[in-house]
Amino acid sequence: MKKALLTAGILTTGLLISGLSFAQNKNAVIGVSIPAADHGWTGGVVYWANRTKTELEKQYPGLKVIVKTAKDANDQANQLQDLLTVNKIDTLVVLPYESGPLTRPIKQLHDKGVFVTVVDRGLTDETAQDAYVAGDNPGMGKVSAEYLGKQLGGKGQIVVLRGIPTVIDNQRVDAFEATLKAKYPNIKILDKKFANWNRDDGFKVMQDFLTRFPRIDAVWAQDDDIAVGVLKAMDQAKRTEVKFVLGGAGMKEFIKKVMDGDKLVTGDVTYAPSMIADAMKLTAKSVVTGSKMAKTTIIPSVLITKQNAKNYYYPDSPF
Amino acid sequence: MSQPEVKTTPASPRFRFDVLSYGPLLGLILLCIVGAVLNPDFATWGNISNVLTRTSLVGIIAIGATFVIISGGIDLSVGSLLALQSGVMILTLNHLVGSMGASVPTLLLGLLAAVVAGFVVGLLHGLLITRGRIEAFIVTLGTAAIFRAVLTELAQGGTLTFQNSKLADLYSPVYYAAPLGIPIPIVVFLAVALIAGLILNRTPFGRYVQAIGSNEQVARYATIRVDQVKVWVYVFQALCVTIATILYVPRLGSASNSTGLGFELEAIAAVIIGGTSLRGGNGKIFGTVIGAILLTTIGNVLNITSLISEYLNPAVQGVVIIIVAFLQRNRK
Repeated sequence: MKKALLTAGILTTGLLISGLSFAQNKNAVIGVSIPAADHGWTGGVVYWANRTKTELEKQYPGLKVIVKTAKDANDQANQLQDLLTVNKIDTLVVLPYESGPLTRPIKQLHDKGVFVTVVDRGLTDETAQDAYVAGDNPGMGKVSAEYLGKQLGGKGQIVVLRGIPTVIDNQRVDAFEATLKAKYPNIKILDKKFANWNRDDGFKVMQDFLTRFPRIDAVWAQDDDIAVGVLKAMDQAKRTEVKFVLGGAGMKEFIKKVMDGDKLVTGDVTYAPSMIADAMKLTAKSVVTGSKMAKTTIIPSVLITKQNAKNYYYPDSPF
Repeated sequence: MSQPEVKTTPASPRFRFDVLSYGPLLGLILLCIVGAVLNPDFATWGNISNVLTRTSLVGIIAIGATFVIISGGIDLSVGSLLALQSGVMILTLNHLVGSMGASVPTLLLGLLAAVVAGFVVGLLHGLLITRGRIEAFIVTLGTAAIFRAVLTELAQGGTLTFQNSKLADLYSPVYYAAPLGIPIPIVVFLAVALIAGLILNRTPFGRYVQAIGSNEQVARYATIRVDQVKVWVYVFQALCVTIATILYVPRLGSASNSTGLGFELEAIAAVIIGGTSLRGGNGKIFGTVIGAILLTTIGNVLNITSLISEYLNPAVQGVVIIIVAFLQRNRK
């Protein structure tokens, strides 16, 4: 009985999708599966997903958006199954916890006719997705290097604090180094160390950098959480020769600093958790109005300075 | 701390330097020589005080863990507890500062909130383990998940931060001030170590803890109130975490899900490197202190040199842990 119902459900969903792929589907059910708020950035993702759910349901009456947060890859795979069988979704916007382990579970939904938009962390098999929306990691490194080089007038010594050893981190750092080499060859990277995208490690690693290098002109912390620790370590060591610290991702406290004209935090480079909102909006528009969605959408990393900071300041967001 | 009423004779005051302490000490000395050779800045007081200050947080927690492990138990929740207490303290302070202003009484009430939270958690752990007869491993594995989840909920997945910079400035000397050139956390760390050493070696309570760890059944026959002693062991551990929290919060003025991540494993590693047997029975506070310093120093030496691929940093830590444990085994 259960199985029959399931098959019926899947068949109906399949029919709905195929019948409506070029027409409107005002009664679509969109499942949104994202990692739980386990650090600042994912906290921001959860905030934006919930905020956009309300927005979209208001904008398109009849549309239903279900937001699920998963605590790990396994949990997310289970939730994906539930979204299909229990919630009967016909569209999925998913930010995979990890790329590898979630590729098959997502492909399963895709094969059963669910329209899939993958966000940020790409799958290992691209045939499992209909659309891909992501932040620009190499772009983040490039924009950061350009800003840093310009601010330093093309010469000086800097230190780099990296994130967690991952592909994303490599993409950022590689692009950063390549850009510096090409455009500002007189800027020397003294060393780079992992600070794991967190404040405590940012503090420790920077303390050690300050011990080791008598002169540091600027710091690329890559991430605002790390930069919090970096600023504290500099403050404690009373090192005033460091001209500025460039973080990234667009944490609201840092955007506020840029807005207020902070001496050390003069800019920031976005890698916004609101990309989930963009992905949800694009997908909903495509499903409801029947318009075609671009296969790949890259959300550019933007340089925030005093001039434009207020456009990126969301005091309600947890990040 | 209340002690079961059993007549005791005072421990012999003879000072004895335990051979077990040589292993980690030897390791630490070797590491320091390597560090100083690789980078002359290693041996500066600035760097040494950075390392010791950093150690103090995990070190104080590890001192509490020494008691827990000697008693035959384990506490896996200390990192999460530190995160939760930090969050509770910051929330309390942010709440109070509106009505009471950025003053010392506000600060003291915030600290009190952390102390109360710590006491309640310690009591809860102790009672679940003794009265509830649940394995310490299970109880604290469960509460670790609970504490971290509650903190994430309180922070809405983001970070809890001091909203009042005046209050933050008032509090920050607790971590950053250095009377006579010695940072306060180091002083607190040494004080806690001394007191804990005295409790462990010179009081009936300390002997009961060791007796329970080496053979609980025999301890019961010896009319030691095993359950009571165990409860106090977990309260003491939570108290140590509270002290660490009070030192931790002024450092960055914030708490998030990544706060105190992995502290429990680092604390347990420090205890084991320090010569305390994971099976319980006996152990040394001095060893734990050296073990904690050793662990932090490895990270420091790797940070101030670029000797190996940074992907391998944790591997070096693992290798040193095993080498030191091996040295100890040989010295036995």
